[in-house]
Amino acid sequence: MKYHLILRVVTRLLVGPILLYGLYVQFHGDFGPGGGFQAGVIFAVAFILYGIVFGLRDLRNRFPDRVIHQLFALGVLIYAGTGFVSVFLGANFLDYNVLAEKGYEGQHLGIIAVELGVGIAVFAVMLAIYYAFAARPPRIDDKDW
Amino acid sequence: MDRLLDPSFVLGHMNYWLFVVLMMTGLYIVVARGNLLKKIVGLNIFQAAVFMLYISAGKVRGGTAPILTDNPGEAYSNPLPHVLILTAIVVGIATTALGLALTTRINEVYGTIEEDEILEIDHQETEREVAAILATSAQDSANA
Amino acid sequence: MELAITLFLFCAIVATAIAITTIRSLFAVVMLSGVISLLSALLFVLMDAVDVAFTEAAVGAGISTVLMLGTIALTSRTQKDIKRNNLIPLAVIILTGLVLIDGTLDMPSFGAPDSPAQTHVGAAYIARTADEIHIPNIVTAVLASYRGYDTLGEVTVVFTAGLGVVLLLGGMGARSRKRRQEEEG
Repeated sequence: MKYHLILRVVTRLLVGPILLYGLYVQFHGDFGPGGGFQAGVIFAVAFILYGIVFGLRDLRNRFPDRVIHQLFALGVLIYAGTGFVSVFLGANFLDYNVLAEKGYEGQHLGIIAVELGVGIAVFAVMLAIYYAFAARPPRIDDKDW
Repeated sequence: MDRLLDPSFVLGHMNYWLFVVLMMTGLYIVVARGNLLKKIVGLNIFQAAVFMLYISAGKVRGGTAPILTDNPGEAYSNPLPHVLILTAIVVGIATTALGLALTTRINEVYGTIEEDEILEIDHQETEREVAAILATSAQDSANA
Repeated sequence: MELAITLFLFCAIVATAIAITTIRSLFAVVMLSGVISLLSALLFVLMDAVDVAFTEAAVGAGISTVLMLGTIALTSRTQKDIKRNNLIPLAVIILTGLVLIDGTLDMPSFGAPDSPAQTHVGAAYIARTADEIHIPNIVTAVLASYRGYDTLGEVTVVFTAGLGVVLLLGGMGARSRKRRQEEEG
């Protein structure tokens, strides 16, 4: 992809807005369509676009495999951890009413935490899958497509 | 069978029939095509048909998307199928990726992703092993 | 009008799926499966499932196409022309299809507000969300709160599938690649 000037310029312009949109979808999921699952995928798409255009090695140096693998455990941990916090506060597993003074405020906190966990897990898994496929040496050359 | 001549019945059930056709197309690709990548695409089509069945079961005539509005008399479509399918789509892509990874590994070992060729190679391998075992046991009995 | 558009989109999806059965170029197959994803996202919007449409457009048309193209690059670009007996599968799917269609005759008609699916727990979620959770998007409320345990399971499945891919393809990266190079000389 060394010579595709237009692709490289457009990618540089697009990656930022895609990440911003991912964050919007993540934290606006309570009010409109969206949430952790979609935001995780959109976030991963920005990285994959970068990886396709600028090469996997560049992306891997900035975002090493080890970090990604830790992230997808962290996502599940945040989700299950929220459940255990409510258990320690004396309620049922994943019952958010006890997280704040008023029931619905607790629900808001719980939903934001859980969606964050989902977002991180989905983002990291999608990126790890992309790394795994892209790291293999291809059998078909670029010009054969 | 009278019902099948009633236009409102036919229009109300058309979506189910189209979803059955779609699902069977997916099943046909899985069963009748030998290419592993195509089988995975077939499974995805099958899966898409199930998603559509669920979502169409949640639709309410004259309803709107299940995001609360200020209008108290608003009718909403059923949010429950949406939740089930939303998570199913993401799980679906993760399992599809797992299938694709298996396909890639199979290709590295066998050099092909056609089911018939893989079975052929497996078959030859077994025959060779059986022949080797027979040869050694014949040798053992000759020695005894 | 809405019903006409729905049926039209549905027919377009079915036509695309039938095209996939006959095309032998895997590149075209992958692109057509992306087309199916986009069309079904449109269909989901028409059926009021905006969250689902969003996910389908991002996942089905985005990530899944990228992954399948990656697989083609690692394997082969065309399906080989191998003679197979197609009559038995055809008979099986026609039979199964007829049984399924027979089952749909008793289903409530499309969009009926009094069907069993609308009258039980779904209606309760719609009625209770405003008071108990105070957020407008009922889908998020059900996903993260009422059925949070369910979603925890789904996230775990995604986690496990990701782990499986990483283990299968040796995504541990540089280490395994270096080892392979050393083995080859």
